[in-house]
Amino acid sequence: MESLIPFTTSGALVDCVDKKVLVVLRDGRKLIGVLRSYDQFANLVLENTFERKHLARYYADQGIGVMIIRGENVVLLGEIDLDAEDEVPLEQVPLEQLDPAYKREAEFRKKRETDKSQVLFEGLGFSKEGGEGDGY
Amino acid sequence: MLIFSVFKTLTDQTVTVELKNDLCITGVLKSVDQYLNIRLDAIKVQNADQHPHMMAVRNCFIRGSVVRYVQLPASAMDTQLLEDATRRESGKKI
Repeated sequence: MESLIPFTTSGALVDCVDKKVLVVLRDGRKLIGVLRSYDQFANLVLENTFERKHLARYYADQGIGVMIIRGENVVLLGEIDLDAEDEVPLEQVPLEQLDPAYKREAEFRKKRETDKSQVLFEGLGFSKEGGEGDGY
Repeated sequence: MLIFSVFKTLTDQTVTVELKNDLCITGVLKSVDQYLNIRLDAIKVQNADQHPHMMAVRNCFIRGSVVRYVQLPASAMDTQLLEDATRRESGKKI
């Protein structure tokens, strides 16, 4: 990364191509896959993708194959350090075991976010996220 | 374009980006683009235990549309220069 990277979306993402990446989406999902392609809107093409569901110290993976992700849903794209990945202190469990508790947790979190944004909207004049004109 | 130019001068500085989903990431600013998408290296997530998915991530690309704040080192900012540039910019606009 010592060379002068041109200040473009391409310059920022070209190093991640063919690498294992974590994509965090606006709805809170975490997808892990190999980045194959992207464009100026941060639309992404991931191969061998799986959704990783985290719950406390446990996680479960759900395979979903090839994904094209529309850029407006992307929060961040992280390059996964393959060495650091082995040292992560989380335990993998089968999906069926994790899923019910995960769904409850996700619903609870979603409700809390909705309530929070409602209070901020009514009480403090914050605008609501995800509206028209938010994406580009 | 003004803030884009400001970020271009801040490359290799350590900044903290607060996202709209309340995630706070500290890292070295490596790149920025016209949409104010940010590329950070050597990241450190605040409250890392609340975001276990980030544990194995060292570098990341953050989409500009999800940024709430970018905290900059005060020493890296020339506020006088910025003020002058702002006035010049607004003077140019019709």
